[in-house]
Amino acid sequence: MDQRITSEPLTTAPSTAQPIRIDAGSSATPSTSAASGPVWSQDSAGSGSDRPGASKGVVFGANDVSVHYGSAPALVNVTLDIREREITAFIGPSGCGKSTFLRCFNRTNDLIPGAKVSGRIDYHAQNLYAKDVDAVEVRRRIGMVFQKPNPFPKSIYDNLTFGPKVNRMKVDFDEVVETSLRRAALWDEVKGKLKQNAYSLSGGQQQRLCIARALTVDPEVILMDEPCSALDPIATAHIEDLMRELEHDYTIVIVTHNMQQAARVSDRTAFFTAEIESEDDDRRFGRLVEIGDTSKIFSNPTDKRTEDYISGRFG
Amino acid sequence: MSTVATPSAVGSVPPEGSGKHILAAPRPRYGEKVVLGLLWLCAAISVVTTVGIIVVLFTEAVALFGIPGVSIVEFFTDTAWRPFTDPGSDNFRIGVLPLLNSTLLVTAIALAIAIPLGLATAIYLSEYARPRVRRTVKPFLELLAGVPTVVLGYFALTFMTPLLRSLFGIERVPIFNAMSAGIVVGILVVPTIASISEDSMSAVPRALREGAYGLGSARRHVALKIVFPAALSGIVASIILAFGRAVGETLIVSLAAGNLPPAELPATNPFQQVQTMTAYITQAVGGESARGSVTFQSIFAVGALLFVLTFLVNLIALRIVRRFREEY
Repeated sequence: MDQRITSEPLTTAPSTAQPIRIDAGSSATPSTSAASGPVWSQDSAGSGSDRPGASKGVVFGANDVSVHYGSAPALVNVTLDIREREITAFIGPSGCGKSTFLRCFNRTNDLIPGAKVSGRIDYHAQNLYAKDVDAVEVRRRIGMVFQKPNPFPKSIYDNLTFGPKVNRMKVDFDEVVETSLRRAALWDEVKGKLKQNAYSLSGGQQQRLCIARALTVDPEVILMDEPCSALDPIATAHIEDLMRELEHDYTIVIVTHNMQQAARVSDRTAFFTAEIESEDDDRRFGRLVEIGDTSKIFSNPTDKRTEDYISGRFG
Repeated sequence: MSTVATPSAVGSVPPEGSGKHILAAPRPRYGEKVVLGLLWLCAAISVVTTVGIIVVLFTEAVALFGIPGVSIVEFFTDTAWRPFTDPGSDNFRIGVLPLLNSTLLVTAIALAIAIPLGLATAIYLSEYARPRVRRTVKPFLELLAGVPTVVLGYFALTFMTPLLRSLFGIERVPIFNAMSAGIVVGILVVPTIASISEDSMSAVPRALREGAYGLGSARRHVALKIVFPAALSGIVASIILAFGRAVGETLIVSLAAGNLPPAELPATNPFQQVQTMTAYITQAVGGESARGSVTFQSIFAVGALLFVLTFLVNLIALRIVRRFREEY
């Protein structure tokens, strides 16, 4: 379990699901994903093809994804790609479904009764929602950091060994604890008190502990759902530095309400909007407006709605 | 209340004696006082009742040891319980240990049944069952808690005992035995454990579960390693409550476990007739006994011991919880 196993299928049985996407071959054809045009993008202005990193592999390909809670739509017809070792930010007003969409990538929505995901999400060209995919293995590979720090009410040490233990990873626990804490820039602050309860840490430290915890099971992707919304600016700056550091080894998707944060840390930004489903009860559902390089989305967006949101005229 | 107003503010307040303060209540608020009084009274009644019970229990219990021929040392150390004869006679023995042993035996059997069954039910309902199943099963469970114990007593005597006798042999299992009563008392307290444990497990924040699932945990890991320790205080509370009910359960044991204190201590064979503390109290209350007699006072002594027993278990459990609980 020491080595990253990014392109293996998620199941032990050979997958019968044939990838539909022509651009999804991860390492075999690195050039096609860029050359075949910006299929991940709704702005056909060719946002991705001219940047140096455009040849990076595609980790997730979402194709016409919709999510319903019961009969109410939360998010409709989203098509985009998440690229390897980049930070992709999802921004948009409340109720636009960006968190819901994020949770589709590690099948956390499965845990909510009544939630239904339609469309197709590929992970390394394999259907993430295929019958023989094990959701537990999905979540091991695709970690998550939540809005509010949620350390377990155990010692710092036990928080970090929990994942390796339940996954029966044959590793040296002391080493895992130290490595993950160092990666999360928390080691120096807690190395003397690993046996203390995680709740004794400050909010920012708790969130870095949660990031460290996510790293212990050797994921490929880390999903972050507004990871700084409960933190003060100094703690936020810590986490942002950390994200840029982790970007070299991990694919990161972050949902944020903070547009400056998206502009500061992300390589690409997807803007979602909330559409009103019915005027009577103010029910909303989300839709992707556009996705592109962060610099372009913030300086020269294609869609008027993005521009309005970014310049603060709306939302 | 020494300096209410600064000199500058004095001017705006009417001089004293000129009538009401400008901020005085426009009319007296009697209603508030009445409500406060009533609520206080209700709270006081339960406190006074509890204190009263304890005082009566212990003064009457102490009176037992004032009777000539009855010694408190014998009460706690003697291994035979024959309190119905004259204290002077040779046959008279007043050691409570056989009764205590019987109670602990039945309670142990009951909890050995109820704890695994109750906790498994709670984990299933809280972590595995779909919401619709939970909504259906829980009321049934709580219905079981409402079955009158006299019904369960006859259930033990007319169903459980014959079942045990056919399973283990008529020679081994007498009609009145601790096993049958213990199993049925266990069934009685399953809902207590399951319902309260399920409540406290459901109360564990979803964020903790999602954190564990996000690391690739299977359901059983989340249930046993995250939810269970976090809900421990509620779980232990449910077990204490169940213990209290099992120790204090009277009708089932009177009907199914018999009325014969075990002769040899410690009595560990579940297939024997026993007499629990509560069964003895029932037996003694049913007979004619004058105030001041050994039988009459012994009722209170046994009752006081029962009280102390549950109280001690409560204390110990509290300590256990403080030590092992993972507070969220």
